[in-house]
Amino acid sequence: MSASVLFDAPGPRARARNLILSVVGTLAFLGLFFWIGIRLNDKGQFAGELWDIFNYAGIRENILDALLSTLKVFAMAGVLSLVFAVILCVARLSDHKPIRWVATVFIDLFRSIPLLITIYALWVGIVGDFTPMWALVVGLTVYNGCVQAEVLRAGINAVPKGQAEAAYALGLRKTQVNASILFPQAVRSMLPTIISQLVVTLKDTSLGFMVLYPELLYSARLIANNTPVGGVYPIVQTVIVFGAIYIALCLALAWLANWIEQRGRKSKAGITPAAGAKELKEVAAAGTADLAAAAPAGTADIRKE
Amino acid sequence: MNVLLDNLALFREGFLGTLYLTAVSAVLALVLGVVIAGFRVSPVPPLRIFGTLWVTLLRNTPLTLLFLVAFFVVPKVLFPGVNSFLLAVCACGFYTSAFVAEAVRSGINTVPMGQAEAARAIGMTFTQTMRIVVLPQATRTVVPPLSSIFIALTKNTAIAGAFDNVDLFNVQKTLSNDGYEIAWIFLWITIGYLVITYAINGLFRLLENRLEVAR
Repeated sequence: MSASVLFDAPGPRARARNLILSVVGTLAFLGLFFWIGIRLNDKGQFAGELWDIFNYAGIRENILDALLSTLKVFAMAGVLSLVFAVILCVARLSDHKPIRWVATVFIDLFRSIPLLITIYALWVGIVGDFTPMWALVVGLTVYNGCVQAEVLRAGINAVPKGQAEAAYALGLRKTQVNASILFPQAVRSMLPTIISQLVVTLKDTSLGFMVLYPELLYSARLIANNTPVGGVYPIVQTVIVFGAIYIALCLALAWLANWIEQRGRKSKAGITPAAGAKELKEVAAAGTADLAAAAPAGTADIRKE
Repeated sequence: MNVLLDNLALFREGFLGTLYLTAVSAVLALVLGVVIAGFRVSPVPPLRIFGTLWVTLLRNTPLTLLFLVAFFVVPKVLFPGVNSFLLAVCACGFYTSAFVAEAVRSGINTVPMGQAEAARAIGMTFTQTMRIVVLPQATRTVVPPLSSIFIALTKNTAIAGAFDNVDLFNVQKTLSNDGYEIAWIFLWITIGYLVITYAINGLFRLLENRLEVAR
């Protein structure tokens, strides 16, 4: 339902009312901003010198290094989590009961534990010796691997049954059916969801801050705390700069997801994401969301069709 | 086992802290989320713009960055001396409200167009259409994603613990400093989180079933 269905086309009175509401609302907002501005000004946060720190080559190199280490962790965790997800998904759909059972328990467990606790537990050395970077990478891989495995499973369940049946009828083995029939179609229909989850992975790299891995947020804290200008710490400025970097990165990935979705919609080949798959996408878009509730419901829908 | 029995009071405090933080931020997120979703489909353009901005900004910012703002910018610059619980509630609640808003908006989109058209035809205003006709019907589709969002919220509150707010994660820090066996501490804390997340899951299953009957 598009928004315009919800209300009548505004007539003269509604237009006047909307105008008044808009002006009042905008004024209230400006007032709020003005007040925040005054408070910030009182604390000397508006001094132009505070922005000068971003002109220093050293600070810029710091930011660049931090950005690179964030991207490095994101790249490793992204690739590893997808590999791990494929393994978990195959195990989850296995014909052997014990393997299926182990995979299910593993996925359910690690999806329910806060990611911060997984990373922290790895870092303090419960199961071995991890450097901050590897604690972060392994933690992200395990958590996101579990989520992506459920996404893939939903994708595979959304592939029409006839596809696998036809492949078996042609004499393909289980591995061949999975690798050449089911997974390509599942990945294709789930690509937007997979990328949304990658956005979550990217955002979660900021947890490296807690285990003292020098990524973007950590260096933001370092810059804000160590470069006072005339007795004022440039916290607001650093938050604005680093927030902008994060938002730009995430929006770029989200844009990619949108683009792929639209491209997929145009080409008629392949399967379209089923109802359950669509629901899953909403959920995966919901940050570090848990798919526990949505996945069974979605797959049930598909079976009904 | 000893860790739990020796520090039962501390664990209880942490567990209740997490529960309390989750509950209060969930309520804040729910209220804000529904309002923002309403903004996004409202007839007043500035409200639509505000809603879109809110969702885009909060959904694409890491929660840790929000916590950094809440705990280091807000008390230092805007409101000195706000207690840490309120700050944590704001950070978690605002962040989650963006996801709630998206869930509610997609729920609104699933309500058949004829419903809103009929409501308009009998002369309802936008607020009436939303309150009486559209939102109650949207509830059914919004419940499953909401359950995942609140489970995610529970897990995200752990970050508040890292910022010196009393909760389960914070208990772990205190106890590791006291020199207890780390593995046991983590085991009990994990169980604490599992209890809460599974309780939310069960609660929403129940809700879903009841709504299913109501159809």
